[in-house]
Amino acid sequence: MEVRVANVRKEFERFPALHDVSLDIKSGELIALLGPSGSGKTTLLRLIAGLERPTKGKIFFGEEDASQKSIQERNVGFVFQHYALFRHMTVADNIGFGLKVRHGASRPSAQEIRRRASELLDLVQLSGLEKRYPAQLSGGQRQRVALARAMAIEPAVLLLDEPFGALDAQVRRELRRWLRDIHDATGHTTVFVTHDQEEALELADRVVVMSQGSIEQVGTADEIYDTPNSPFVYGFIGESSALPVKVEDGQVWIADRPIGLSAPQAPRGEATLFFRPHDVDLVDECNGCIAGTVAASRRVAGTRRVELEIGGERQRVEIELPVDHPAAQKTRVAFRPRRWKLFPAA
Amino acid sequence: MADPEIKSYALHHESQSAAVTESRPAKAVLMIVTFAFLGIFLLLPLIVVFNEAFAKGLSAYTEALTNPDTRSAIHLTLLVAAISVPLNIVFGVSAAWAIAKFEFKGKAFLTTLIDLPFSVSPVISGLVYVLLFGAQGLLGAWLKAHGIVILFAVPGIVLATIFVTFPFVARELIPLMQEQGNGDEEAALSLGANGWQAFWYVTLPNVKWGLLYGVLLCNARAMGEFGAVSVVSGHIRGLTNTMPLHVEILYNEYNAAAAFAVASLLAGLALVTLVLKTLLEMRYGAEIAATRGH
Repeated sequence: MEVRVANVRKEFERFPALHDVSLDIKSGELIALLGPSGSGKTTLLRLIAGLERPTKGKIFFGEEDASQKSIQERNVGFVFQHYALFRHMTVADNIGFGLKVRHGASRPSAQEIRRRASELLDLVQLSGLEKRYPAQLSGGQRQRVALARAMAIEPAVLLLDEPFGALDAQVRRELRRWLRDIHDATGHTTVFVTHDQEEALELADRVVVMSQGSIEQVGTADEIYDTPNSPFVYGFIGESSALPVKVEDGQVWIADRPIGLSAPQAPRGEATLFFRPHDVDLVDECNGCIAGTVAASRRVAGTRRVELEIGGERQRVEIELPVDHPAAQKTRVAFRPRRWKLFPAA
Repeated sequence: MADPEIKSYALHHESQSAAVTESRPAKAVLMIVTFAFLGIFLLLPLIVVFNEAFAKGLSAYTEALTNPDTRSAIHLTLLVAAISVPLNIVFGVSAAWAIAKFEFKGKAFLTTLIDLPFSVSPVISGLVYVLLFGAQGLLGAWLKAHGIVILFAVPGIVLATIFVTFPFVARELIPLMQEQGNGDEEAALSLGANGWQAFWYVTLPNVKWGLLYGVLLCNARAMGEFGAVSVVSGHIRGLTNTMPLHVEILYNEYNAAAAFAVASLLAGLALVTLVLKTLLEMRYGAEIAATRGH
């Protein structure tokens, strides 16, 4: 099922949580809503589900306007952050709940519900746990039951709120791969919310980066990482270093020296230069480069992070070097970013 | 959800650190004080009640209980409880639902208002009804004109009882529902349940133990209430006397054996309530802790 969010605005008691958000989700796609807390990602998910009503704008399921439909009518599978499993029901009853509450002819027989429940338990690899209660399951198992329960109603869209938020790192990685497999097997249009960029970039077909109630950028993992379109995305996704610079004569300047980067398209004036710490070339002879004094050097896993003080204003910037690189021993290091982007200073 | 927490809770209690363990004499003193207090103020009166009730033998006891006035008092007490407890459940669940699940203006005020019967003397609660429904009262003339009798009759007693008991169920449920939040209900709705199904299959089972506690306490109070009921009842023998009122009348007539016989029934009710509560806790302790989430 295609989902289209059209110019949606949502206010909570006059406080705007989302400003004019539009988003097209293709059928069968796995989409991540990524952003820091307070960015409105959960609000957007709840709006799609029908747990909240938009203040303005519309939400379409396929061609149909679903904005005024209740959550029951929308037929969405929602997996809650803390799973919200019914604690007084067994695993099988939890999964069968959505079928049991159907009316009239659409309600399957008790036997059929049981069969569906154990089928779904097989799918989420929890066969044999039908009779357990949620309190008797581990966090990862509860997560799987919650997903099975949401899928039992054959939802048009599957929505997951921080699906791995409450799990420890090991289980998280496992479940991530597993969710991808399930998605590929069932083909549900799936939207999940996360604040973990690694999770979003690894798992999703497309990532929606959100900040302060707006969508900053929508794209594949590669697009988001390689060509961030705003200072926020540059800073939020992956490591980045930023330096205040000046653009003049199509060249980028720091203080009174050009640094060997030409930017013929950029408007003249103050700007901020963004680059990835690992995406730099070290240079020996500095005619057109960024040079700085080593202020600190830290070993981070397989690389070494070197913090440099640049220019008279002692701006600090971080670059990444191979562990055994001789430059790490020097007191002065010169480099030039390989890939970079300029944003006009705010 | 609560399973590991229960274990850690138990663990914590078994292995208290040396730092918070009292010395032997201090322990002994604390325990003696507690038991002495319970003995003198709770156990002793209870023994006296049963002792006095049977002072003139078993036949006198049964005779006192089969007396028509006594039977009418028992009957009225059961009737009052049978009306006020279900109404209380409806009110308590609605009030708790409204306060725990919705945001609205005047919520804090409503919460305070629910506590009013606890903070006000029962006699005052009774007097309020006299002022409202009495012959000189606010609605007195209108009621008389329409031939409706509330004061010094069963409706007045029921109203007074509802007034003094209405916090019980609500007070038990509000913190429980607030703690549980809306998550489970939202989940039920997202799975296609309508509001009623969400309430019946999800909300109610989540609060059933709290509700049962509230009902037990509410019932005990409904049957035992004296002050408020005394003001509105008019003490008409065989008609508007509840058990507590009947105990007082018998006692004032120096019929101690009969008074204590009826009192022993009330004491028995208290004991049954207590035993039920304890049994529930023993049988479903883990589940109660789980639905309470701590």
